[in-house]
Amino acid sequence: MTETTHSIKQPGTATGSWYKFATRHRASIAAAVILVFPLVMPFTALAVNILIYGLYALGFNLVFGYLGLLSFGHAALFGTGAYLCGIAIVHFGWPWYAAIAAGVAGGLLMALLIGVLAIRTRGIYFAMVTMALSQCVYYLFYQAVDLTGGENGLRGINVRTIDLFGLRIDFINPMTRYYVIAAFVIAAFFVMSRILASPFGAVIEAVRENEGRARASGYDVTLTRLLTFVLSGGFCGLAGALQALHLSIVPIEILHYETSGLVVMIALLGGMGTFFGPMIGAAVFLVLENVVSVWTVHWQLIVGAIFIACVLFFPAGIWGTLITRGRR
Amino acid sequence: MAGLSFDLIALQLFAGLALGAIYVLFAIGLSLIFGMLTVVNFAHGAFYMVGAYVGLYLISIGGNFWICLVAVPIAVGLFGIAVERVLIRPLYGRGIDYPLLLTFGLSYVMVECVRIAFGKTGYPFDTPEVLQGAVDIGVGYFPLYRLFVIGATAVVLLALWLFLEKTSFGLIIRAGARDPQIVRVLGVDVSKVWLIVFGIGTAIAGFAGLLAAPLQGVIPEMGGTILAEAFVVTVVGGMGSIGGAVLAGLLVGVVVSMTSLFAPEMAKVSIFALMAVVLIVRPQGFFGRAGLMS
Repeated sequence: MTETTHSIKQPGTATGSWYKFATRHRASIAAAVILVFPLVMPFTALAVNILIYGLYALGFNLVFGYLGLLSFGHAALFGTGAYLCGIAIVHFGWPWYAAIAAGVAGGLLMALLIGVLAIRTRGIYFAMVTMALSQCVYYLFYQAVDLTGGENGLRGINVRTIDLFGLRIDFINPMTRYYVIAAFVIAAFFVMSRILASPFGAVIEAVRENEGRARASGYDVTLTRLLTFVLSGGFCGLAGALQALHLSIVPIEILHYETSGLVVMIALLGGMGTFFGPMIGAAVFLVLENVVSVWTVHWQLIVGAIFIACVLFFPAGIWGTLITRGRR
Repeated sequence: MAGLSFDLIALQLFAGLALGAIYVLFAIGLSLIFGMLTVVNFAHGAFYMVGAYVGLYLISIGGNFWICLVAVPIAVGLFGIAVERVLIRPLYGRGIDYPLLLTFGLSYVMVECVRIAFGKTGYPFDTPEVLQGAVDIGVGYFPLYRLFVIGATAVVLLALWLFLEKTSFGLIIRAGARDPQIVRVLGVDVSKVWLIVFGIGTAIAGFAGLLAAPLQGVIPEMGGTILAEAFVVTVVGGMGSIGGAVLAGLLVGVVVSMTSLFAPEMAKVSIFALMAVVLIVRPQGFFGRAGLMS
């Protein structure tokens, strides 16, 4: 089962023992790296961003890498998670845990709505339809000024302390904030690993590899696609909710199609269809953004150029290339 | 519904057609490129934007609007040809998603380059003097420039139709869209045909950007919004179908313009609702081949 959950298509090749070990304990390894990360990373705010965008890319990768559908509308899932979490706190005074749950539910629900329509199309249309629908979500949130603050964004998501079974955790302190968010991200990694290792995870990849054969084997291809998209929405909704707590504001740009494009770039850069790829992609992308932004304001130019180079010369991404080399 | 006379609705209908004309031009290039190359050009909005900026530049160095109408499509088309040759050609045969991803990255580069050259803020774009003012079209006064947009679109469509249907090169293009393998076997250099089709598609996008410039001004981000809306047009009309793009483009324009009359806040959302309905009722679009979408 562990073999089939990786998408680098080299059936039958001998694999190194380190690779097998890494695959079996992938979620634990991710957890260990995440826990140690802020100790080697001097900028905690950046580290938190990497966590959140890594989680966002992890959810996106379930659809893009494992299911093989290119979605250009994931900003709608990420953004809905963020807005619902924020709205729950600002307008309804919900506690932080309920707000996060609201964010996850928002991501799931939005993914269901978009999925039901977009799954009717395939291949190239899927990218177009998801992008168009997420643009629609952008306008809807933009116009619901009473709830979302419209153009100004949703402000005032102030969570200063987190009460956990009588324990008060300071959410302002960057380090504790990192570990609170890390707890959710690590949990998400374990859930993702479980999904991919399950029989359902194998079906997801079967649908990607050969739709006809999967259908002939008795699997409901449409339902598999929809379920995977919805699950992906849950991960992205969680990432959005954490983003709302982290920023204490939800800017309307979170729903912009550039947020959808961003996650495509991160996933491709890290390595689509690999377990660690999205997190590595997020780390490299965001660190690069920080470094480049110091000496030029034209970050977008660099991003676009890197992306073009990736597509042309480097389509397996950083982690994808590494594990292909490592397996030889 | 007091105050909403028949004339007002008719005028709004015409305004919708003018808006739709821009959608038609944009979507036709997108559709042409997809139909031939099976490439979804995510940079189409950037080519559209570049068209408007080339026009802006030409006018600033002393050109006039009429020169632009000829020069802009040529310039943008040549640029498109270079892009196809250098960036997109290596990706053929590597999966349908890769050209899409590449053009998406390219759109970032193009937008940022324009920002570097012209600044981040937008510019107004003057309507050419001859086309200012309004004319009586029977139901009321209608801006002359919008009438011109509809006319120019009709001319482009006619020219494109004649080119595709009546010339031998058009015949090759149509055959290539159906079965590139056979066309290649018959001794036609298909990659050259693809090059030219990409050039034509982007040239029309640049032309559309120029036509849209006096209506909405010129900003580096102008291509992004219309791209999403053009996707709606292509989904509604049926991808790869020129006739579908024309009909759906005009329909989307009219729907936007009508909803902005009756429920302005829903104008942007309405076209996506239209797309949702089409996806449920007829997933392949008006003129799309059944099965292509699913």
